[in-house]
Amino acid sequence: MAKNGKSDGKPKSNMRFSGWRRENDRVGVRNHVLILPLDDLSNAACEAVANNIKGTLAIPHAYGRLQFGEDLETFFRTLIGTGANPNVAACVVIGIEDGWTKRVVDGIKKTGKPVTGFGIELNGDIATIAKASRVAKDYLQWASELKKEECDISELWVSTKCGESDTTTGLASCPTVGNMYDKLIPKGIYGVFGETSEITGGEHLAKARAISPEIGEKWMKTWQAYEDEVIQAHKTDDLSESQPTKGNIAGGLTTIEEKALGNLEKIGRTCRYIDVLEPAEAPAKGPGLYYMDTSSAAAECVTLMAAAGYAVHTFPTGQGNIIGNPIVPVIKITGNPRTVRTMSEHVDLDVSGILRRDMTIPEAGDALIEMVIRTANGRLTAAEALGHREYSLTKLYRSA
Amino acid sequence: MAAPQLLVHEKKDTVGVVVVEGLKANTDMTVVVTADNSSFKLKSRMEVPIGHKIALTDIKKGDTVWKYGQDIGKAVADIRQGDHVHVHNLKTKRW
Repeated sequence: MAKNGKSDGKPKSNMRFSGWRRENDRVGVRNHVLILPLDDLSNAACEAVANNIKGTLAIPHAYGRLQFGEDLETFFRTLIGTGANPNVAACVVIGIEDGWTKRVVDGIKKTGKPVTGFGIELNGDIATIAKASRVAKDYLQWASELKKEECDISELWVSTKCGESDTTTGLASCPTVGNMYDKLIPKGIYGVFGETSEITGGEHLAKARAISPEIGEKWMKTWQAYEDEVIQAHKTDDLSESQPTKGNIAGGLTTIEEKALGNLEKIGRTCRYIDVLEPAEAPAKGPGLYYMDTSSAAAECVTLMAAAGYAVHTFPTGQGNIIGNPIVPVIKITGNPRTVRTMSEHVDLDVSGILRRDMTIPEAGDALIEMVIRTANGRLTAAEALGHREYSLTKLYRSA
Repeated sequence: MAAPQLLVHEKKDTVGVVVVEGLKANTDMTVVVTADNSSFKLKSRMEVPIGHKIALTDIKKGDTVWKYGQDIGKAVADIRQGDHVHVHNLKTKRW
């Protein structure tokens, strides 16, 4: 198999990690057996199965009923993408009825991984839980014997999004991620950034970082659509407590323009994005940096990037966003010495030395690459150790 | 060089960021411009929390405020060199 041109047996760099190669040749860094509810009604059964079979993971969520149109497509793409993510070894899907349950099962099945669906109607919760628990147990024992293999760094997909930003994120933690991308994108990894509304004030800079004028125009249309159809259509004031958030303002950020400029530090100095993705859309133009049209809310954005297939997430924070994700390790980077002092249990990488001028951004970038590799190799992130499993679906409009 | 109290992204900028906790009024700050690592001295006029901005020059009401070498909004009050710059005297030009 050489689907990504990576499996020719020759290492592409001296950076290696060990992960689980899945049936579709993607490499995962976690080995979850997922119990995935189709809809809000099926959360209870999924949680019961995960309680029966220790070591499996239920990810309850709020939606899946009476959605339609583009919102429904985004929903299915996110659910299927979550199950298809290479950090998931196998998946049980439970829904209230069989039709949409099957649609999710069939979508995940395309990866070749084990997946089985159960409908609750005509069975009830208790019989469904019993049947699903037996399958979950088989999957868990099967997954527990899967072997990791050593892989080149180019097989790692690394996403980014920042949160509870302040002025230190633009000075330290976001440029640290940018430096990582400047070094790893040329080695053939897949990267992604997003947060459409939060580029406002820096849209001329974001457009200029596209690989071509056509992709730059595609980006600009995406930004303009968000501005017109979401922000301008629904705003009741100048968004002064939403963008920037109250936390951003407490941290010293004053305007959306200032926040956007700090945010864009995450894409470094040299790499260019090669395509613009819909929410939860898997990248299809080969290795490189992508842009994804997402909200700037942390859990929604990371959920969408995980559903697109990204396996590790790098998360710069200033004031101390504590978010995690159920299937993707979220690495927290901060340059704010007060956050390091007051919230150290949430911090994976302290780059506050950049503010003291005793650490350079290239040094911080190297430290982040090392942390990404350690995390891929199995080191639990702060968010994983603390049990943060925020799974938030993006809702485009009201259900029917 | 001792650790700076204020960091500035670009030469063009008219504000810098406090990077130490407990900055007092009338501190003779070391200011570093990260773009070229140049430095200069500036006196703070008031206590300013870590992460918040201080004006590098006098800024007139209505003037554009510059950070990252970019437009980050407009002054909505006159600002003196060394003053705290935040939501009380700087607003977005958007939304």
